[in-house]
Amino acid sequence: MRIPLSWLNDYVDVKDVPVAELRKRLDLAGLEVEKVDVIGHPGAELPWAPDKVLTAEVLSVRPHPDADRLVLAEVNYGGSEPEIVVTGAPSLYRRRGERDLHLKVAFAWKGAVLFDGHSEGWTKRKLKETKIRGVRSRAMVCSEKELGLAEEQTDIIYLPDDTPVGVPLVEVLGDYIFDFDIKGPFGHLQSVYGVAREVAALLDRPCSREPLEAVTRLGLHTTEQPDFIDLEIRAPDLCPRYTAAMIRRVNIGPSPLWMQMRLRRAGMRPINNIVDITNYVMLELGEPLHAFDYARLHGTQPERPAIIVRRAAAGETMTTLDETPRTFDGETLLITDGAGPVAVAGVMGGLHSEVAPETEDILLEAANFKFTNVRRTAQTLKLFTESAGRFGKRVDPELTLIAAARAAELMQSLAGGEVLPTVGDLYPGRPQPVTISYQPALADRLLGVTVSPQEQARILRALEFQVEAQGADWTVRVPSYRLDVRRAVDLVEEVARIWGYDRFPHTLISEPLPPLRENKSLLGEEQVRDLLVALGLDEVITYSLVDPQDEGRLTPPAAAPLTLPGQPVLLQNPLAPERAQMRRTLLPGLLRTAWANLRYLERVAIFELGRIYYAAGQPSVPEARTGVAEPRYLGALLTGPRQARWWQPQDRSALDYFDLKGIVESLLQSLGLLAETQWQRGDHPSFHSGRCAEVRLHGKRLGFIGELHPLVREAFALPEQPIVLLEWDLDLLLAAAGAVEPERRLKFISNFPPVREDLALVVDEDVPALDVQRAILKAGYPLVVGALLFDVYRGPQVPPGKKSLAFALSYQAPDKMLSSKNINSLRRRILKQVQKRFGATLRA
Amino acid sequence: MSPFDELEQVRADALDALTACTTLPALAAWEKQYLGRKGQLTRLTRAVGTLPKEERPTFGKRANAIKQELTAAHEARLAQVKQEALSKDLAQGAVDVTLPGRPVALGHLHLTTQTLRQLYAIFAQMGFEVYEAPDVELEAYNFDLLNIPAYHPARDMWDTFWVRDEPHSEARRLLRTHTSPGQIRAMRERAPQPLRVILPGKVYRYEQITTRSEHQFYQVEGLAVGRTITMTDLIGTMHQFAELFYGAGRKIRVRSSYFPFTEPSIEIDTDCILCGGKGCSVCKYTGWLEIAGAGMVHPVVLQNGGYDPAEWSGFAFGLGVERPAMMKYGVKDIRYFYGNDLRFLRQF
Repeated sequence: MRIPLSWLNDYVDVKDVPVAELRKRLDLAGLEVEKVDVIGHPGAELPWAPDKVLTAEVLSVRPHPDADRLVLAEVNYGGSEPEIVVTGAPSLYRRRGERDLHLKVAFAWKGAVLFDGHSEGWTKRKLKETKIRGVRSRAMVCSEKELGLAEEQTDIIYLPDDTPVGVPLVEVLGDYIFDFDIKGPFGHLQSVYGVAREVAALLDRPCSREPLEAVTRLGLHTTEQPDFIDLEIRAPDLCPRYTAAMIRRVNIGPSPLWMQMRLRRAGMRPINNIVDITNYVMLELGEPLHAFDYARLHGTQPERPAIIVRRAAAGETMTTLDETPRTFDGETLLITDGAGPVAVAGVMGGLHSEVAPETEDILLEAANFKFTNVRRTAQTLKLFTESAGRFGKRVDPELTLIAAARAAELMQSLAGGEVLPTVGDLYPGRPQPVTISYQPALADRLLGVTVSPQEQARILRALEFQVEAQGADWTVRVPSYRLDVRRAVDLVEEVARIWGYDRFPHTLISEPLPPLRENKSLLGEEQVRDLLVALGLDEVITYSLVDPQDEGRLTPPAAAPLTLPGQPVLLQNPLAPERAQMRRTLLPGLLRTAWANLRYLERVAIFELGRIYYAAGQPSVPEARTGVAEPRYLGALLTGPRQARWWQPQDRSALDYFDLKGIVESLLQSLGLLAETQWQRGDHPSFHSGRCAEVRLHGKRLGFIGELHPLVREAFALPEQPIVLLEWDLDLLLAAAGAVEPERRLKFISNFPPVREDLALVVDEDVPALDVQRAILKAGYPLVVGALLFDVYRGPQVPPGKKSLAFALSYQAPDKMLSSKNINSLRRRILKQVQKRFGATLRA
Repeated sequence: MSPFDELEQVRADALDALTACTTLPALAAWEKQYLGRKGQLTRLTRAVGTLPKEERPTFGKRANAIKQELTAAHEARLAQVKQEALSKDLAQGAVDVTLPGRPVALGHLHLTTQTLRQLYAIFAQMGFEVYEAPDVELEAYNFDLLNIPAYHPARDMWDTFWVRDEPHSEARRLLRTHTSPGQIRAMRERAPQPLRVILPGKVYRYEQITTRSEHQFYQVEGLAVGRTITMTDLIGTMHQFAELFYGAGRKIRVRSSYFPFTEPSIEIDTDCILCGGKGCSVCKYTGWLEIAGAGMVHPVVLQNGGYDPAEWSGFAFGLGVERPAMMKYGVKDIRYFYGNDLRFLRQF
């Protein structure tokens, strides 16, 4: 919302307040000024030099002796004698030969910097003394474009007749336009007058009541049955009030310059005097108005037209002012006449009854509509007008008559209309006056500062609250336009913001600390992050909203379908089809991240730790249940060469399953879970069938780890290189880590060197190496402290269908050096065990 | 040649040969040849028995002296050769110390995680624990219970993603547009105990993705409920936060504002971290940067949370996560955060 300071000044005198100071006060009081546009004053795009750009009057116009399209204007600019100005301004050209004129204009003296009126865009030009067809030219009369006031060059600008001559133009036309960003449903702040009222309270100054008093000035009285229109409200729940004034015999034409200028500065385009007046009063008072061409309204009886406010019949249609045909549903509120819809209530008028150049009589609507309904209609029709915006923020129903009178008054003075003294006014939704019981002590309790009761009363009264202050219990009557104030705490806010937050001391909570609880799940999550980062992985955070097609991309054609938990959570209004679903798996996010990074990097080693989402059960508000499960998952991905290029020999082979496995083994080790996991060949459609493990923990599936299926790799447009990844249930992992944590005890640290020996065992091809290793450690417990698998051999020296697993064993006791006798017996025990369990034999 | 002469001859040969020894193996061979058990000197010494009895002591003495002399000479020569070898090795084994070291892959925490952790740490010092709430929320929790009924203009402040539910569902769902619904969840869980929590998490807005806006980002909400909590406590807490997060000596400024779930509502600015308040493009020449929206918990919200507003009061605040990081590190494009360009993430 843009408010010119010059306009604000009409109601509250702030001429002596520096603009920056005023802005600061407004900002702090909650009327946030986003920016200030400066016109003419220092700081403007085009400052008008006060000694070179002046007001002036054209006294006479005579033809240029040597040019057909130019004239010579005799201009009094306050100097000792008039200046002759060469101009081609069309309106002056038409007056050539006229004398005794008093046309007030903007005048620029040589040296002034102005915009070039004849070039496209905004080019600054310094006015120089020159000769135009033999006549000296050292000054000019200016157009709006040249002053930076309008984009198009049409004619020179004319100032009001009472403008003094020879004063700096900036004093007359200069301005500061405050662009407000006011958050919240505050209808009372959606107008120049509303802001003026706030400024008056903030600065403790009077605020003019002039714009509110046109009813009295015009001597208007209201009736439910005016003789010029039949009024009926059939939906009083949606239309608390409908006021209709009648203005006869208006002359449609342009509105005066001052009004056009104000409208433009407020961001609206001037159209004609009648439409401009409705917009002007809307900007001034915050009540949207609508002017109908009275002659185009139909009646239910021949004598007079009718206005019926009702809900639309579903499917009813009308073409709005913007020449768009609209179809309405049954909750749309319409203004109709005897023949059909003439306006969408509070949103936009109909094309048919629009004010036109030939319009004579105006039916002026000033109504009040239920704000939620106007908002709903605007949203449904996607029609966000100034009117709908204001109604949507709640407008005081008391304003209709005041604003109608104000507009009628202006139509009388600016369009030559004749205002009928009788105004139609239906007011089925007249609100009860609102009073609040208020204890000034509440402010102290909530604010932590002491604002004296006298000061609180002063502030509330300045904001036009009526305060009956008796002792500790007050009765406060809320002004009709303060629809946002309904509770005592709302009054506390008024006190606080006017008293000034800059006066508040800074304290910390003085109460004892509530009992603290450890957030174990968060600690676990952060621990996993730290471990994976220490293991050389980069953390990524991808979008929760994903392409629903991605789940399909994870399944190669003809493979068994991917099983993901629950049902997908889909959006009703996605931004784009590829962001239409909440992810049920982290894998696509990792694959897409790899894809994007492989364009720039050869090696990607990443992990993500985040929630997946799936529908599980019905939502229930009483039970606070969303019906969506959001377990945390861990995903990781590696691809690219194992080692970076270097100047010495390096391992450039591709990262594979065992690289990722090594990383997660370290993770599991740190969490105390390595020995608790079971690893087995996994069956998951997204993974290479031979290089995929299902990892189980305490009998539950933790997830899969393996190499990406080549067809899935293709589906994600990834380069032809091994990509290894995993996706595990982090909640399960952390729960297990939490469960084993109390069981963890220090293992002995021996001061005796271990005895090492290698043991090569021949077993069947399908015997899992991990099982053999665990059997060795178990059989040798606790004196076998290590069984490192260092070689897997298949070849001539072992029979077909068998493999040799070579383990480096470490024997160590906490308290002595082991003898060869001890070791022999341990070895025998181990061999017996592996023979029994796996049919393993010692390799010759 | 008499044994005496032979003895002298061996000595002379040995000393000659020793000077020709320039390597450790040559010295070892020399030692074996002259001083070893089968060496020449040993062999000669054994010949002492062939000498007349009276000559034997003289011969023995001389042989011993020569052995000592040769041993000493060997040791000296050995030391010399070792020294030479060492000097040579030190001289020749020099590497170009400017060659790069063996590369080790270094992992990085996401910038968002790093920022969240800073916030956790700061508020942990002030007694706030972390409370987590779901991303997919009930409309009632995201809006109604926070004093934002349907079609209320306040809903305009949040463009919402709705979950595709059955039509006219009693419990419509959405992606939380702010972390505030967690306030209700935390209060209902803890009432009637006092509480201090921060609620971090992803939030979602129906917004086109641009350099300045994302449809997914993080927030950290704070909530304190107690019997004596005041606006000045809120302002003090925010000041403390500004000093700990943006640096000591930060000033703050409080502006009145509007949020449906707080009353009174405020916004908190800090003096611009880049220009220190003089005015620059980051603070849009105001000298101030907005760091939080906050306020005293609205009585309706307290009531919905299970606290009697006549006895309890509370404050709430909402902080951004990406924006402070963007300001701090000069990140001009929010899309870097969840685009996960590793060249971005690895800078932090």
